[in-house]
Amino acid sequence: MRKLWIFLCALAFAASAAAAEIGQVKVAKGAVQVERSGQRVAATVGMPVHATDVLVTGADGSVGVTFSDNSLVSVGPNSVFAIDKYRFDSTTHAGEFEGSLRKGKLAAVSGKMVKQSPESMRIRTPSSVMAVRGTEFVVQVDEPVAPARATY
Amino acid sequence: MRVASAILLLAVAACAEAPKAPDPVAPEFVAVIPAADGHVGAVVVRTGGRESVLDKAYLARRLAADGTIAFTPISAADVTLAFAATIEALPGRPASFTLYFLEGKDELTPASRVEMEKVFAELKRRPAPDIVVIGHTDTVGTISSNDKLSLARAERMRELMVELGIAAGRIQAAGRGERELLVATDDNTSEPRNRRVEISVR
Repeated sequence: MRKLWIFLCALAFAASAAAAEIGQVKVAKGAVQVERSGQRVAATVGMPVHATDVLVTGADGSVGVTFSDNSLVSVGPNSVFAIDKYRFDSTTHAGEFEGSLRKGKLAAVSGKMVKQSPESMRIRTPSSVMAVRGTEFVVQVDEPVAPARATY
Repeated sequence: MRVASAILLLAVAACAEAPKAPDPVAPEFVAVIPAADGHVGAVVVRTGGRESVLDKAYLARRLAADGTIAFTPISAADVTLAFAATIEALPGRPASFTLYFLEGKDELTPASRVEMEKVFAELKRRPAPDIVVIGHTDTVGTISSNDKLSLARAERMRELMVELGIAAGRIQAAGRGERELLVATDDNTSEPRNRRVEISVR
């Protein structure tokens, strides 16, 4: 009975993990980490991506993800990209994709949800929101520069 | 008294000359690039209350640290240069194949069997491929029954691909019902070209 219970728990966990998969890492070069529930793991090719994952790259790092609606997103070196929200219905193609580029570089190709409803994909930067109407685009966010202060 | 007034005026002037600088913002840059087939869509950028639509290839919008916004076209070469490592990391574009079953059978048409060879060749080209099998129907029947039928077709194709040796965990099935007709028809029209299964390799 106890074994059955453990098995059922494992099954439920596996099912929830499978349900949470929203995309896959297809390209990973150099130092790339995925931050998930407060922990950081090295990104590997074929690894599932979950909603609310944060992709963090080092000076030599870059990573490319294919999402379930065929949206493609890549993140360049020294970057932080957070997936804030993602859902996609493979029957109706209704969905929503929100991500934040906190710093660094990003390239993106919009997918099926944007074809169904323009602006359903939105990329935030510290100052702006970019709503996508079906296109390929690149974004760069630099570190804020404090104004030069004279010192005496 | 006059001297005191003058000093006060000078002090006020000095204050006016050094207004409090606004908080610096993170400078940002966004540019729209054409797709491989030349298609250019649009990105709507909103900063505070200001909205700009970027809808031309290589049109770029820059937000400077002082909050000013400028629009400047950028050359394809400069985008490639600045975003080389980023663009290089974009995953391969998904490839799509369409397969047909012999009417009323589980068996692929001879032409689709040849197409299936292309699916396998595509799988070999990709480092970590996954597959989505998407079923489609014609317009005979209700929307909900076609949703079920299209998913059943996709599941059947998924089983077939697992039998052909593809790991089950790498294939997902989806049903689009009659939402994506290959050939536009009226409702309740039997059309074999719409009864199909699409295989997306990515």
